[in-house]
Amino acid sequence: MGSSKAKQRQQLQRKDYQRLSAQKRLKIPVARNTMVAFVVGGLVSVLGQVLIFLYMRLGFSAEQAASPMVATLIVIASVLTGLGVWDYIGQFAGAGVGVPVTGFANSIVSSAIEFKREGYILGVGGRMFQLAGPVIVYGVVTALVVGILHGLVRGL
Amino acid sequence: MRAKKKFGLQTVAFSRPVAIISSATCVGPLEGTGPLQGSFDVVYPDMLNGAKSWEAAETAMLKETVQMVLGKGAVSSSSVDILLAGDLLNQCTSANFAARDLGIPMLGLYGACSTMAESTGLGAALIDGGFATHTVAAVSSHNATSERQYRFPTEYGGQRPPYSQYTVTGAGALLLADGLHHQGLMPRVTHFTIGKVVDLGIKDPFDMGAAMAPAAADTILRHFSDLNLPAEHYDLVVTGDLAYVGYNILRELLHQSNLELGSRLNDCGLMIYDRNVQPVFAGGSGCGCSAAVFCGYLFELLRAGALQRLLLVGTGALLSPTTFQQGETIPCVAHAVAIEMCHDRMAE
Repeated sequence: MGSSKAKQRQQLQRKDYQRLSAQKRLKIPVARNTMVAFVVGGLVSVLGQVLIFLYMRLGFSAEQAASPMVATLIVIASVLTGLGVWDYIGQFAGAGVGVPVTGFANSIVSSAIEFKREGYILGVGGRMFQLAGPVIVYGVVTALVVGILHGLVRGL
Repeated sequence: MRAKKKFGLQTVAFSRPVAIISSATCVGPLEGTGPLQGSFDVVYPDMLNGAKSWEAAETAMLKETVQMVLGKGAVSSSSVDILLAGDLLNQCTSANFAARDLGIPMLGLYGACSTMAESTGLGAALIDGGFATHTVAAVSSHNATSERQYRFPTEYGGQRPPYSQYTVTGAGALLLADGLHHQGLMPRVTHFTIGKVVDLGIKDPFDMGAAMAPAAADTILRHFSDLNLPAEHYDLVVTGDLAYVGYNILRELLHQSNLELGSRLNDCGLMIYDRNVQPVFAGGSGCGCSAAVFCGYLFELLRAGALQRLLLVGTGALLSPTTFQQGETIPCVAHAVAIEMCHDRMAE
């Protein structure tokens, strides 16, 4: 009995503290972050479109040009990660560069660089997809589910 | 009969205050260009400083700091009875690897960012108990080793929240000695309050200041009540790494308990960086934070007489990547050591 009362008091104290700490916590500038992500994400897409036009000039079809465009964005993000500036870009633009393929590239390259000192097999090989793993796993799972639904809908 | 050394519930008073005969610090480039520049013994030009890994860099930094503190105190490593050292890494890597080359009997400590206060208090207790004549308390942290262990690869471009903190790249060491052989005016460790682990349910590993503030408040209040001290007893009560958010919460918690420290309360995480100019979010963190600020800037203030009495409150968030991924809240601890500028005196 006594211990359950003590537990209750502790929970109350915790609740009060959650309120106090939420009050004092520096607020995440959601409006600013969203705006910057929107603009920078848009600019990344514009860059992608420019690259598609460029590759179409080199003789790729509109559909074919998508692949070298993605590859180019990946190279740009990877090189900037390697040069040690991508983390600053990421802090500034957040989801604007995190959601496009550039963020995916950064997550893989940054892990590869970080764990290179543990060797090429267990370090780079084993931990390169540490951050990208969930994206790959749930990307494949989602594709599978959508594929099955697609098949079922078409079959009806 | 042995004199009583325990006061109240959690505080020990040393019967002969333990002399701090020298201190040494070593920091990274961001700390070296911050508001406390000029107060550090060595500033590394970059985060690796020629080492082959971040961990090797931190180990070298801690080792160099211990060697410096011995040099400044003119004590050889063979005269040191015990090295009490710790850091933030798994298996106390930096401390153990530094000790491998130092040849001093070693006790590794882990109190997260509270380790500077913990090692100083224990080092003093061992001397006051007669188990040692010289001890060295030393800790380090390194931004990149902590990032990769606790968070993300250093070059990962995730967006951090403004209440997050920046782990200090720095090491600090104190050389403690029996007052009997060092009787002049110098900073001395007089009391040590051992903190309880406190957890008020903060889960966000970026929100460490808020997680640690209740532990800091608990230990500070306990220290003042154990010794029955007035609020103005210390010229400065300085917490380790609460930074902007935790510092403001601590102020509020102390206010609720009627302990008004006013301008006598500060935080090493706020002192080491200029958070308006440097990219450190809410401020500094890591055990190197309190170590670099106390063993450098504050120690000099004590020696110069600008501070007479100081309470160093090391604050540690005892989380691991495993516990927060498993949804656990963050338990925290704070230890306090009281340091006074005084001559040797024996308790009656």
